[in-house]
Amino acid sequence: MAVSDLPPLDDTEAARLRADFPILETRIGDAQLVYLDSGATSQKPECVWEAEQHFYETANAAVHRGAHTLAVEATDRFEDARAAVAGFVGAGEREIVWTANATEALNLIAYSFSNASLGAGGPEAQPFRLGPGDEIVATGMEHHANLIPWQELAARTGASFRWIPLTPDARLDLEAAADIVNAKTRILAFTHVSNVLGTVNDPAPLVAMAKAVGAFTVLDACQSAPHLPLNLRALDVDFAAFSGHKMLGPTGIGALYGRAELLDAMPPFLFGGSMITTVSMEKAEYLPAPQRFEAGTQKIAQAVGLAAAVGYLSEVGMDRVRAWEELLGERMLTGLSDIPGVRLLGPAADSGVQRTGTVPFAVEGVHPHDVGQFLDSRGVAVRVGHHCAEPLHRFLGVTASTRASAYLYNTTADVDALLQAVSDVRGFFGVK
Amino acid sequence: MNPLEQLYQEIILDHSKRRVGAASLEGEPGAGEGQSHQHNPLCGDDITLRARVSADGVIESLAWQGDGCSISMASASVLAEGLRGHAVSEFAEANETFHELMRSRGKLAADEELEERLGDAAAFAGVSKFPARVKCALLSWEAAKDAIARASA
Ligand SMILES: Cc1ncc(COP(=O)(O)O)c(C=O)c1O
Repeated sequence: MAVSDLPPLDDTEAARLRADFPILETRIGDAQLVYLDSGATSQKPECVWEAEQHFYETANAAVHRGAHTLAVEATDRFEDARAAVAGFVGAGEREIVWTANATEALNLIAYSFSNASLGAGGPEAQPFRLGPGDEIVATGMEHHANLIPWQELAARTGASFRWIPLTPDARLDLEAAADIVNAKTRILAFTHVSNVLGTVNDPAPLVAMAKAVGAFTVLDACQSAPHLPLNLRALDVDFAAFSGHKMLGPTGIGALYGRAELLDAMPPFLFGGSMITTVSMEKAEYLPAPQRFEAGTQKIAQAVGLAAAVGYLSEVGMDRVRAWEELLGERMLTGLSDIPGVRLLGPAADSGVQRTGTVPFAVEGVHPHDVGQFLDSRGVAVRVGHHCAEPLHRFLGVTASTRASAYLYNTTADVDALLQAVSDVRGFFGVK
Repeated sequence: MNPLEQLYQEIILDHSKRRVGAASLEGEPGAGEGQSHQHNPLCGDDITLRARVSADGVIESLAWQGDGCSISMASASVLAEGLRGHAVSEFAEANETFHELMRSRGKLAADEELEERLGDAAAFAGVSKFPARVKCALLSWEAAKDAIARASA
């Protein structure tokens, strides 16, 4: 990914970007909205829904079916969108399969492996067959979407499910990983960026461990694709998943990345129209990837919207987004650590761990649900709860946490509004 | 009072700290006792409540252990304090009224009549303006209803 030669993002530039996100002007009661919940879903710039609208106004038709002019136009825009998103994450065009979201992408992999394990896909599908004696490995910091599909795949195939534990300061324990990833390991699934901790896991050592034993790697890129320059081929993972709605795109669209030769050999998961070559009353033959995984009418306008979103991000420059969020994240970390009674969760502020602009914390004596309610009364929107990562919360010794997550449109004033509101929480609830 | 102050009434904040009836529940419920566990997967609020009901239908005690936000903890505390010595039929009436209040989206005010019928639980009127918090307030009522039914069975 080209490093942009624009000056770094700063408050002035972020304020200019905000103008593209009309929702950020919303008032919450008497307060101005301070949106710090982009880890759950990002806000969208006007150009995203304008792209969808433009598609409906000028090109709407079913894709990969029919020969009329509009059908051809719609197919072109749909495939152009795929090329744009593929380029954004460093993938080949045929390596991007549209899904509804990351959850569906991860389930798609798991179900394709199960279908292979039931005998589907012929000899090419042999590498995807799992059974007793095989092991599937995830980690202790996964979002449920990158955990439960693997537990269930293990249960369906008779394989064992194992996980890489965390060090006391909530990093992946790579020493333990070196024992857990062994000759029986067939799949190693891990997140690039923790959706709770905001910490960045370096994929390199895990990819090396998996390669050494011939296991497939699955990268959950849900929290990295929106926030870091990402090149999936350079990371050398076999599969990856991400969601459009977290990266300025519409809801209802996400993608699975898979190395082309793997996707072509892996048996399909959903069956129906648009994914076949020939069908008889006895059986069907399937198209190569990505079409073999795209049964039924597709998320066409959403794909076009997501392409506009990655276009927007590329124009801003992902290296600039990364640097700005790091700055905002640091301001949150230091500011929150200075507030009496506030405890940061995960690695300490000075641990040197790479992070995005996501910070989880606890306010002593006040339940996260109450913290979130109080912050909302100041217009500050954060996430409270277990953020779909119950095992990680159990590890951290809490049932729930409060998480602030920034994006390119946040400013230092947003961070300061968060810090001010958090400083007032304990006083309001009468906790000393 | 602004909506936040209506939500977090003094009575509620006070009960969330006092936690009347909070206990560590050990062993199985005995004769005349019933126990219920309720969990809200959305926010992790969790409560186990044990009720003791006499042969003639009087609630003799409510004890609970739980973890959750101030609304859920205060709600359990208010119940434990308020229900002791009341008849099961009185609880059923209060439970109806409390549910009606929680469904009211802020339209029912905590007036004297409501306080008459609900006691301290009338302080939860402000919760009904926050649909995301209604479940927190209701969790212990669900637990109490279930535990009392089991104790009376
Ligand atoms: C790390 C991570 N993985 C997976 C997901 C699931 O994404 P979605 O709900 O869009 O499928 C999320 C979103 O919350 C996430 O943060």
